[in-house]
Amino acid sequence: MDLRFTPEEEAFRDEVRQFLVEKLPTRLSDKVRRGLHLTKADMEEWHAILNARGWLANHWPERYGGPGWSVVQRAIFDDEAARAFAPRLVPFGLSMLAPVLIKYGSEEQRRHYLPRILDGTDWWCQGYSEPGAGSDLASLKTSAVRDGNHYVVNGQKTWTTLGQYADWIFCLVRTDPTAKAQEGISFLLIDMKSPGVEVRPIVLLDGDAEVNEVFFTDVRVPVENLVGEENKGWTYAKYLLTYERTNIAGVGASAAAFDRLRATASSLTRGGRPLADDPLFAARLARIEIDLANMATTNLRVVAAAAHGGAPGAESSMLKIKGTEIRQAITALQRRAFGIYAQPFVPEALEEGYNGAPVGPEDANTAAPTYFNMRKLSIFGGSNEVQKNIISKMIVGL
Amino acid sequence: MDFQHSEDRRMLADTLRRFLAEQAPVDRRNAAAYGDSGYSPAVWQGLAELGVIGALFPEAAGGFGGSGFDIMVVFEEIGRALSVEPFLGALTVGHALAAGRRADLLEPIIAGTSIVALADAEPQDRGPDAPYATRATPDGDGWRIDGAKAVVAQAEAAALLLVSAQTVDGASLFLVPSDAAGVSIQGYANVDGGRSGEVRLSGVTLTADARVAADGRAALAAAEAAALLALSAEALGAMEVAKAMTIEYLRTRKQFGVPIGKFQALQHRIATVLLEVEQARSAVINAADAFDHDQGADRDRRLSAAKYTVGATGQLVAEEAIQLHGGIGMTWELPLSHYAKRITMIDHQMGDQDQHLQRYIALGRAA
Repeated sequence: MDLRFTPEEEAFRDEVRQFLVEKLPTRLSDKVRRGLHLTKADMEEWHAILNARGWLANHWPERYGGPGWSVVQRAIFDDEAARAFAPRLVPFGLSMLAPVLIKYGSEEQRRHYLPRILDGTDWWCQGYSEPGAGSDLASLKTSAVRDGNHYVVNGQKTWTTLGQYADWIFCLVRTDPTAKAQEGISFLLIDMKSPGVEVRPIVLLDGDAEVNEVFFTDVRVPVENLVGEENKGWTYAKYLLTYERTNIAGVGASAAAFDRLRATASSLTRGGRPLADDPLFAARLARIEIDLANMATTNLRVVAAAAHGGAPGAESSMLKIKGTEIRQAITALQRRAFGIYAQPFVPEALEEGYNGAPVGPEDANTAAPTYFNMRKLSIFGGSNEVQKNIISKMIVGL
Repeated sequence: MDFQHSEDRRMLADTLRRFLAEQAPVDRRNAAAYGDSGYSPAVWQGLAELGVIGALFPEAAGGFGGSGFDIMVVFEEIGRALSVEPFLGALTVGHALAAGRRADLLEPIIAGTSIVALADAEPQDRGPDAPYATRATPDGDGWRIDGAKAVVAQAEAAALLLVSAQTVDGASLFLVPSDAAGVSIQGYANVDGGRSGEVRLSGVTLTADARVAADGRAALAAAEAAALLALSAEALGAMEVAKAMTIEYLRTRKQFGVPIGKFQALQHRIATVLLEVEQARSAVINAADAFDHDQGADRDRRLSAAKYTVGATGQLVAEEAIQLHGGIGMTWELPLSHYAKRITMIDHQMGDQDQHLQRYIALGRAA
């Protein structure tokens, strides 16, 4: 039993830190730290910086452009980048579609799409959820009917994150309406510029529109855009979901958010003393800090098991639940820290370069919107209740 | 980074688990735990001969282990078997003596021939740095002790009590034979098995060398660190068993024509138990790591974090295990109920979850 990293791993961590000091623009880390909105250009900027270093697709095999890192190195990089307030990489092409193409796609698809993901030519979004298919994803209804060398797609996807920027969407579509729910689904790549594709923004409770509805009306998709075999899409979708859950604990991001919370608690006063010295607030802070320290070790245990070839099963569901609970607890306390000044809604203050007079203490205006936005964590990627179903199925076995 | 115990420790754990399964299955454990002596002298002697006590101490103190992960492995097994043998006394007294540079006194403790108990807590509430009500005053060449000590584990079985008492120089530790004149012990059973006792000291006279640690606080800090780790690991072991028993019950107990594990209300409760037990295991690993690598406030903070975690998680696990078992979980007959009691009562030893959360906060401010 040894919680320490090897000297080589520590040297790698130093290399990552040095890189972040040199290459992560302060303008970007400052926006992330303060919870401001990132523009498309912001996200593309960080994407390009990592790509230039060869560290962008850190979980891809080397022959497709990965850096050849171990599981532990990936965990170290993710942790350091999050602690340095690097923008979160948009995962749809890099971490969701790419692993599916690498495992199930054709060589032509890999050669065509993977380089375009790396160099930022294609911005991907995810076409999974539908109005009638959320946690019960297999009940999806968007249909694809074969017509010569094309599929004709009709239906609607929803909760499409950053779909407003996307060039392409990977979609689960129903190709066999007569089969059992999971068996008639295919995995299709659709050009967002195709006639019949329409994107409508959904404004969320924080006033932001990071998600969309995507409508498909007689959209013609070439058959070569099918990934793998027809009607086998559910297998690929499940594989993608396990990928989506790597680094799901978000320990680095929670640690960074906790440091910011502690700084807030030290800078504000309540009842004439530092908020951090308020006994109830201090107890809430301490509980989260302990939970997070436990989580960090739980996460490393899963990483170490993966490094020894273990496949994450129920563990990734546990990490998702606990990791998101901790992050949500941090955002709730950050909101409460500001007291009355969590109330003013100043959307312009969430954008870079806002020059208006701040209402209340610094950062007060982002606390409540961030809190509300982060309620998504326990809903997306398989809601925490679905994760509990998975844990129970795997361990109780019923 | 390696989260496997070493080969030696895995063997120690296996040996201990096999021995306890054979010699102290739960019915025999209960007979001893709720019996007249509150433990099994035969099991204790057998474990001592296997070297289990020696595993709790470093070579410099006459043992062959003594690291945080040695203590974790031994006490996790103690928790799994609900062992009531007086290990905690040996661990705490031994580490206090070693810290007080009196490792020469450890040999009979490690051999299991001398049962010892730490007599530190007092009947009256006392702040963490407040003086003890128990007083030690110079008496000729030696000492005279007067006072009372509360809920001393296995006090009746102990040949020696390590008593904390206030002197004019501060707190010191004294080794007191339990049959010394002026020592009286009111023994009683504990709710989760085993026995403890109220110890009264009235004009107990001791020779000068009975003061084994002049700086009692430093020696007690060593004992406390070991105890917090040990109790946290013991809670973890007991929680693992309660969890496994509950999973098995969900698989086999049928109602409405199906195993009750089919019901989502119960599935979600057991899923929460599973993930919180993993978090508790991480907390104990962190505590063992702190015991070996950290000093002072940093070490104590991580130890308190673990004791807080197993206190809070233990309450969840014990309550959920009983609830998910339904009526049968309430019975004396079912082993689970004894696990639930032990898990719960660990939160009453060496400070509960609230006290350790406060200690964690205070140590963070001091740092």
